[in-house]
Amino acid sequence: MSDAKAIADRLTKVRRLNALLTPSKDLRKSLNAQAAAARPTGVLYGMPVAVKDNICTLEFTTSCGSRVLEGYRSPYEATAVAKLKAAGALIAGKTNCDEFAMGSSTEHSAYGRVIHPLDKARVPGGSSGGSAALVGSGALPAALGSETGGSVRQPASFCGVVGIKPTYGRVSRYGLVAFGSSLDQIGVFGRSVHDAARVLSVISGRDPRDSTCEDRDPLRLPTVPESLQGFVIGLPREYFPPELDPAVRRACERAVRLLKEQGAAIREVSLPHTAYAVPTYYVIAPAEASSNLARYDGVRYGPRFNGAADVGSLYRSTRGQGFGSEVRRRILVGTYVLSAGYYDAYYRRAQQMRALIAQDFRNVFDRGVDLLFTPTTPTPAFKAGEKLGDPIAMYLSDIFTVTANLAGLPAMSIPIGRVKGLPIGGQLIGQAFLEDEMIEAAYALERVVPATDEA
Amino acid sequence: MTTSGWETVIGLETHVQLRTKSKMFCGCSTAFGAPPNTQVCPVCLGLPGALPVPNGEAIRLAVRAALALGCTVHPKSVFARKNYFYPDLPKGYQISQHEQPLATSGTLSFISPERGAMGAGIIRLHVEEDAGKSIHDRFPKATAVDLNRSGVPLIEIVSAPDLRSPAEARAYLLTLKQLLEYLGISDCDMEKGSLRVDANVSVRRAGATELNTRTEVKNINSFAFVEKALTVERDRQIAVVESGGAVLQQTMLYDSKENTVRPQRTKEESHDYRYFPEPDLPPLALTPEFVAEQQSDLPELPSAKRDRFAAQYALSREHAAVLTASRAVAEYYESVVHAGAEAQAAANWVMTEALADARDHQEQLRVPPPALAQIVALVKGGTLSHQAAKRVFAEVAAKGGDPRTVAEALGLVQVADTTVVAAWVSDVLGAHATEVARYKNGETKLMGFLLGQVMRASKGKADPKLAQRVLEEKLASAR
Repeated sequence: MSDAKAIADRLTKVRRLNALLTPSKDLRKSLNAQAAAARPTGVLYGMPVAVKDNICTLEFTTSCGSRVLEGYRSPYEATAVAKLKAAGALIAGKTNCDEFAMGSSTEHSAYGRVIHPLDKARVPGGSSGGSAALVGSGALPAALGSETGGSVRQPASFCGVVGIKPTYGRVSRYGLVAFGSSLDQIGVFGRSVHDAARVLSVISGRDPRDSTCEDRDPLRLPTVPESLQGFVIGLPREYFPPELDPAVRRACERAVRLLKEQGAAIREVSLPHTAYAVPTYYVIAPAEASSNLARYDGVRYGPRFNGAADVGSLYRSTRGQGFGSEVRRRILVGTYVLSAGYYDAYYRRAQQMRALIAQDFRNVFDRGVDLLFTPTTPTPAFKAGEKLGDPIAMYLSDIFTVTANLAGLPAMSIPIGRVKGLPIGGQLIGQAFLEDEMIEAAYALERVVPATDEA
Repeated sequence: MTTSGWETVIGLETHVQLRTKSKMFCGCSTAFGAPPNTQVCPVCLGLPGALPVPNGEAIRLAVRAALALGCTVHPKSVFARKNYFYPDLPKGYQISQHEQPLATSGTLSFISPERGAMGAGIIRLHVEEDAGKSIHDRFPKATAVDLNRSGVPLIEIVSAPDLRSPAEARAYLLTLKQLLEYLGISDCDMEKGSLRVDANVSVRRAGATELNTRTEVKNINSFAFVEKALTVERDRQIAVVESGGAVLQQTMLYDSKENTVRPQRTKEESHDYRYFPEPDLPPLALTPEFVAEQQSDLPELPSAKRDRFAAQYALSREHAAVLTASRAVAEYYESVVHAGAEAQAAANWVMTEALADARDHQEQLRVPPPALAQIVALVKGGTLSHQAAKRVFAEVAAKGGDPRTVAEALGLVQVADTTVVAAWVSDVLGAHATEVARYKNGETKLMGFLLGQVMRASKGKADPKLAQRVLEEKLASAR
């Protein structure tokens, strides 16, 4: 019981971040009940894990950071959440996020923006900004987020924590509220590689409720390697453009040196279709979103807006007022690119480009490269409001992360230094279902990198 | 207005509910008639975060339908989302198949009332889920939605525009229904909505080959209305063209009470469905082994069975057609024959007594095949008269039991003992001396009267053939 109280107290202390959507009173009550019910033999026994608000839980509401699902209680829980509970973890509330996970700053939440844990003027990244900020503040060892185009790795990088996006199909999506179904994966944040990896291990593995989840055993946790002898790590030149923030470049160069010192062979490689990744992503993800979000119509659940006279006006008022501007923008874009007469020019071409981007990675891995190392983001955390008026600038903060989602590959961000006190993340991209190799390299880097030193 | 000089071109899109225990993408029951919204779960309610998982049995049934229609079943097909807003469509899209359907290029062979034996092309057959049901007449000023049907598995079978008259369309549909019932993949009940048909209709001058603007006729909700609805629409189109107008491409709704069609409001039909591949489901992969197994496992299909019955049992084509109209009747008939009944006699009994009894008793064939075979044998062996046998049939149908025992209990077994019959004959001849005398004077038609008297004396139990023989002998000898 005292554990539950301590957890609740720690979370209450960081209320100013607006990272947690669950009211303190509800959280305390639930944590007490959960602590009483938790399995003492579970591998995560007593570990508090906060869950992004777009993952269904029985304990708390699931609003996806949206008005359209305000107060919505799911009658079932996500497979990942059920697995956490079965392992003895305590669900430590729901975290604020960009509405329906659409955004890169957690400024697009209907429940207010999330504050960066180290600089209140800055954003924590997004869309899983609440989860990243809570772990970054030290209030929790781990949290669940979700990724469609970098929504775990980018905020992990901004907040100075570890963030892992597993291979598409490694973790069940059952109960993850869909945004871009072919890209979406639940991911994890951890204070350390080990915290993130052991939570990932628990939530991974087959699920008969998700046809896109691979029929595989849960991820086996690797041990910390003695050296990186035998690892070939590629540096894709497209991820180190001339305009890259100099501090980010310095931090990456230092990390590469440290990887090399531990025995890894470093090789420069090329992923020639990288430049098309963001436009490709911003066709496919909105297309799927326009369909996935059609169900929020006010007919069956969620609030209804206005006393609608007929079903058409019910749809218009619920969707017009229930969704925020960024969600509406993406629904419009997605509807457009799927429309008769435009499908071939946009959606079909984007799918073709997606195949080329995936092929780029296969080509590199087929030539003996085990892992790729890149910066996670082009810059450290930016200021609140800085990119709100310019969606394209906001979208470009995902430039190094969307490729792994498009190719379905595992990728993670780990802290590799700071600039003016703001964390910088380095990204490892692995081969499909070889998260263990990626995590081994991350362990090795984490052991030696001066993560909180200026780069 | 006349239809002569005109040709009608019809293609049918038929939706058939597959006979599965559970829905297409979740474990909910498909049973018809449950209280509203009781057979639902997060998946078929389209709740946030829920995901579809395909029903293997539905796929198997769809593959069997495709094979029975001679379609090419594709090793890889792709589920697609058909997007539109409607309150009874909980996800805002229907999971269907679009660019890569399960099967393409088949044929349905049937007998056209005008052109005889022919084949209609099957363009495609795909799998999809049903929507829920909107109920507009239950609550004043409100629409109720029942989602029990949401997610029920369907196949859509799209024919080529190969049908040339409303009657031909009806024949196609009845043959399709028979085939699907044979396969056991659907109960094809239009009244319950387990078979629904939309028709694409256009007209052209006889001899023309181009396809003119078509309309889509919907809301044909009974087999009885298929021909009527299409006739009304055909006549409407001919009238439009003959009066110098042009047929508009639109959806026409059939009103069976008025026997009219009216255009659907254009607002309701201006859909751009924005199809795209369903990202929640991997492409559907079928191994050649699976498809081959389904092919070899197909039952004998109606046309093949009809031909075989005619040949094997020396039946007329008409009789063979009646006996193979449903798989249950065909199997029943063969069981009767296999139980030892003579083929034509068995056919007569099945087509008359058995089918009449089934019609009155929920299509149940109540007399077990060995029992019917025994009844047939008892008639043939002279133990039962035909009339008596009908009574035995009815008794066995209603109460069961062994036919011979039943016949004996009812006192219907014919007496074939010459001594006993001769005694009845003697009594009758003694009692009707006048008629005997008239008979001997040449009024031979009185034989019928005398035989009737013998039967009456025996309370119907005398073997009529034996009775007649004895009667003839006695009358001759007494001359």
